[in-house]
Amino acid sequence: MNSKFAVSLMVKNPSEVLTRISSLMTQRNFVIDTFSLGETEKSGYARVTITIKGDEHQREQLLKQLSKLYDVKKAELLEPDNTIMRELMIVKVNTSGRLREVLDTAAVYKSKILDMSPSSVCMELTGETGKLDAFLNCIRDYGILECCRTGLVALERGTNCLFDTATA
Amino acid sequence: MFLKGSEIVMEVLLEQGVDTVFGYPGGQVLNIYDALYKYQDRIHHVLTADEQGAAHAADGYSRIGKNIGVCISTSGPGVTNLMTGLATAHADSIPMVAITGNVPTELLGTDCFQEVATICLTMPVTKHNFIIKNIDDLADTIREAFRLAKSGRPGPVLVDIPKDVQTATVEYTPQPAVKKDCPPCPSTELLNEAVKLINESKRPILYCGGGVINADCSESVTELAEKADAYAAFSMMGLTAMDSKSPRYLGMSGMHGSYEATTALDKADVIIAAGVRFTDRATGNKNRFAENSKIIHLDIDYAEQRKNINSYLNICGDLEASLKYLTEHIEQKNNLQWHTEVEAMKEVSCTRPKTDKLLPETVLATVNKFAADDTPVATDVGQHQMWTAQYYKFRKPRTFITSGGLGTMGFGLGGAIGACMASGKQTVLITSDGSFGMNLNELATAVSQNLPLVIVIMNNKRLGMIRQWQTRFYGNRFMATIPDRKTDFVKLAEAFGAYGMRAENEADLESAVKKAFELKSTVVIECLTDSNADVLPMIPPNGSADNIMLQ
Repeated sequence: MNSKFAVSLMVKNPSEVLTRISSLMTQRNFVIDTFSLGETEKSGYARVTITIKGDEHQREQLLKQLSKLYDVKKAELLEPDNTIMRELMIVKVNTSGRLREVLDTAAVYKSKILDMSPSSVCMELTGETGKLDAFLNCIRDYGILECCRTGLVALERGTNCLFDTATA
Repeated sequence: MFLKGSEIVMEVLLEQGVDTVFGYPGGQVLNIYDALYKYQDRIHHVLTADEQGAAHAADGYSRIGKNIGVCISTSGPGVTNLMTGLATAHADSIPMVAITGNVPTELLGTDCFQEVATICLTMPVTKHNFIIKNIDDLADTIREAFRLAKSGRPGPVLVDIPKDVQTATVEYTPQPAVKKDCPPCPSTELLNEAVKLINESKRPILYCGGGVINADCSESVTELAEKADAYAAFSMMGLTAMDSKSPRYLGMSGMHGSYEATTALDKADVIIAAGVRFTDRATGNKNRFAENSKIIHLDIDYAEQRKNINSYLNICGDLEASLKYLTEHIEQKNNLQWHTEVEAMKEVSCTRPKTDKLLPETVLATVNKFAADDTPVATDVGQHQMWTAQYYKFRKPRTFITSGGLGTMGFGLGGAIGACMASGKQTVLITSDGSFGMNLNELATAVSQNLPLVIVIMNNKRLGMIRQWQTRFYGNRFMATIPDRKTDFVKLAEAFGAYGMRAENEADLESAVKKAFELKSTVVIECLTDSNADVLPMIPPNGSADNIMLQ
């Protein structure tokens, strides 16, 4: 059955590995849903979180194929029950005549106001993907002017780590 | 000692035991060629007709198993020419190292003369590729390329060296040749489960692929087959994993496999699959493939397990260790009933319309008669390749040099040149008018190098394999498969400085092949074969053992 899942990777050579991963995904007919890459505490290493849709077979293949990439040091499927997942979104909404309502909605979602103009407001929201989707749904009618999301970032709960860079 | 980058390339090649490279010079490898000039007493450079030929030659060189084939090309069009050769080696898991020159680092990305994005282009057709932007990394990166190429599941690795890195100097310290990584040990627990399955099996079969050839463990395959009292079927890449004279040898299975190999795989209760990847051409309809059997999949690459087929047991790791463990721990089996069944399968044969033209099987039997057991036999791609796989009696591992996974028409001559140089033996190329048309420029290379090649062109004046599909599945609408070319292959051979002969009947053929083997130089024999011969048996695409066509 097709469902959404997330994988977490520890990679070397961040600038090149980005191309390698996305090339692999296209080559193997996986459709990327979200992709985020960022530096870690150790220079030369980056952490990547990818979400895609697929069945169990695709899930297994994706992990195996990613693990085979030279610069991918570790690839693991994220278990939703044992993972902290966050996404950040910046959204610009039309407020003409309805500023109060927009701000009320923003307050309910604990969204931060980043910028304001006479006819628009720019807000930041962090949370799990579902929360961001729900917020977008609530403000859609006011008129979303622009929206930008980071894609999912995630870490396993507890002291366990994906990959110990000290041993690399 | 302080050396230039281009000289370090030579030193590291020598470290790795490389004494032959295939390549073509160009603007961005001038410095490497300048170093080759200096090292020419230790590294023999073979100039090919183009970079594709160099890549196929390096690939054919590797397939002999002596050492890793190396090819060198310039940037831009050199790299795009190289691509087909890289993809061919990649699809067949052949270790190879490609060294490419590139524009100076500061000019990268400026659409310089002869610049392409080498790394981006070659990423999906190599096991890995490197670009070296710092001279300090040069020696170790080339070493790493050799280690990667031969470790685990082998494959081609490309090293891109911008011109300024070739000319920079740095301290060079020699090192011993890199060793390939030890393959991971297979799980004893899983192997014990496999032992149990084989012991309980009444109709066991081994199914061997290119992994067995790469791991050089054909003896272990034969030993396991003996003790398990199993028959053996092969993917095309695994065809030389067992002596074809063995009564257990059933030949190739799949789309153009033998009736007995495909049927026995279908009827088996346990399939011991060693180093195969179950591609569509080998399995047909995956839902119907071996649906009544339990597959034990042994492979070095765990991503191949459960990729194409849902195996019952997946054992990842050293193939030879797995095979030896199984042989040691299973009971000596005696599957009498299975023998009776399979021997009956062997009686089934194909029929084709009567003709007085030369038949492919006659050509192959004649070549077979004059060739030695260890003669490397290269092919191109198409009907002649399938006929070679079906009719040629291979006796020794690594004697069949062919493009399996990618099916590269034009691989043959380059592949044969590489195989001939690596083995030092007279080498056969079985090709066809269509495939030979794609790579005949490499005749120049074979002649320059004085190579003893017996090139047999099966000229049926057709692009036969595609025509066969048009006959059977496209209502005889022969679009672009009857080329009506006027090429005189005898004159063509002579124009290149090779020896040319033509055979229209069995008597011509016999004397031509005999003479070709005696000449020990580059010889082309054009055989005018039957235009209507099809490759049989055939399973239609997505079919199964139930749909084998015998006529």
